[in-house]
Amino acid sequence: MSVSAPARTPATTGRAPRRAWLIVAIVGLVLLTAASVMVGVADQDWQILTTSRLPRTAAVMLAGASLAVAGLIMQLLTRNPFVEPATAGTMEFAGLGLVLVMLTLPGAPIWLRMLAGTAAALAGSAVFLRLISRLSRGDILGVPLVGLVLGGVVGAASTFLAYRNDLVQSLNAWLTGDFSAVISGRYELLWLSGVATVVAVVVADRFTIASLGHEVATNLGLDHRRAMALGMTIVSVISASTVVTVGMLPFIGLVVPNLVTRIVGGHARRALPWVLVLGAGATLLCDLVARTLRYPYELPIGLVVGVAGGLVFLVMLLRGFDRAH
Amino acid sequence: MISVQHVTTSYGRTVVVDDVSLTIADGGVTALVGPNGAGKSTLLKVIARLLQADAGVVTVADLDVARTAPEVLARRLAVLAQDTQVPVRLTVRDLVTFGRFPHTRGRPTAEDHALVEEAMAHLDITDLADRYLDEISGGQRQRAFIAMVFAQDTDHLLLDEPLNNLDMRHGAQLMQIVRDAADRRGTSIVLVVHDINAASVFADHIIALKDGRVVTQGPPQEVMVEDVLESVFDVPVRVVEVDGYRHAIHLSGRLARPRTG
Repeated sequence: MSVSAPARTPATTGRAPRRAWLIVAIVGLVLLTAASVMVGVADQDWQILTTSRLPRTAAVMLAGASLAVAGLIMQLLTRNPFVEPATAGTMEFAGLGLVLVMLTLPGAPIWLRMLAGTAAALAGSAVFLRLISRLSRGDILGVPLVGLVLGGVVGAASTFLAYRNDLVQSLNAWLTGDFSAVISGRYELLWLSGVATVVAVVVADRFTIASLGHEVATNLGLDHRRAMALGMTIVSVISASTVVTVGMLPFIGLVVPNLVTRIVGGHARRALPWVLVLGAGATLLCDLVARTLRYPYELPIGLVVGVAGGLVFLVMLLRGFDRAH
Repeated sequence: MISVQHVTTSYGRTVVVDDVSLTIADGGVTALVGPNGAGKSTLLKVIARLLQADAGVVTVADLDVARTAPEVLARRLAVLAQDTQVPVRLTVRDLVTFGRFPHTRGRPTAEDHALVEEAMAHLDITDLADRYLDEISGGQRQRAFIAMVFAQDTDHLLLDEPLNNLDMRHGAQLMQIVRDAADRRGTSIVLVVHDINAASVFADHIIALKDGRVVTQGPPQEVMVEDVLESVFDVPVRVVEVDGYRHAIHLSGRLARPRTG
């Protein structure tokens, strides 16, 4: 980790080992995937595999990879290393959208709920961006603080509405990430996250350029506002589909992109393969731990992610965050 | 050609650029000078469509900057604003390569990479190519950004106080590079400078602003005149000629009372 600033080896010699490490990471991911498919209480048979194990593994990977990507996009667009869907209120807004649609249209189909969640997340992103535009530019910690407060207020509003209307159970399911209920037919919305992630990979350069600020981006012929809108839409789709299907997962979007940009830099096109692999891998690992620690019982993955992510993040903070950004 | 017609810009109630009209011919180096708050940088930003004017029209190479698609304009006009803070971890080469983005939309060819290397060599930052922007000094970062706009290879180039953060050697080097770009590549360059003597030596044309209006303009010999400069900057000025170039000296207190004997 580059805490001090040593002279770097030229890219021509530095890139080959970097690629080798990425291959190592991908092999690790494949092994984790295999483990995830094989671990479980029931005996291995075809039906268990297709209705439970594979969907769960896919859900974990999709959620982990896309949340990590959402974190990277938000960090680039807000030019702040501490912003992710869980620290900017985006997840809470998605939850509020879900509560509201369940109150007004109790029998709403899942796609409508998803739409409401996405719209609310998008509105929340706009509010968040408006609020942080008033902070002074050097205020790195003010930005996530505003996001956390915003998320707290919105989350409290959701909880209030849920208590009044007997929706606490649903709300809890959205607030705590949990993959134990994932079976075939109940997680497919997460593929929307996957689609949003693919879009993000295709337009990655725009987010890197947007991170250079409005003036440099305009100079390079980028419509800065449109890039912001596109990025925030992708983030909102990812947040809403995650909250709807498996619930909130904090820290993935914070720790993974920060770790990656420290090692390979913040050029989105270069960082994204790493972010995808590490996002999926870290979430798979946490899910495996959650499933095996008290075998045959499960811990909520939110707990594992919270402890592990919190610890890793703490170490990164103590090792000098400001050097990395 | 850059044409500015009746441009007015204000921040809140303060009018910063006040009904300015001017034209800047193709080719050569034009310097915008004037005291702090004269509206130089604001005018430059309006020309570069980084700022929307309240009124008036700006065209660059017959393209209305407020109405032309950003990616079309980015192939004709490059601008470097003052602020070169980068909170994101990018290498110098990454940044300079983005200068080719308007032409390649993210798919640089071998030719683009060659232009990038050339721009970095020009600005003397080849050995920094793989360093991250947050690990180098302010002056080095400034040169990296200038290399980026050079790599953009446009026929119009606007620079907002490019001498900021640069020491004497790199400042002189930069002005020489700017001069070369105008002479050899035919790039039309407009820059905001505080160092009036740099403008005198390197520019073909000087435009002096004060309180949001154009006070005077012309070749250096016409603008580098004591009473003209005194009326622009409100400070006593002596103009001396060194090696055929006019230099202004403005050590106000001493100059107001010349020593005798």
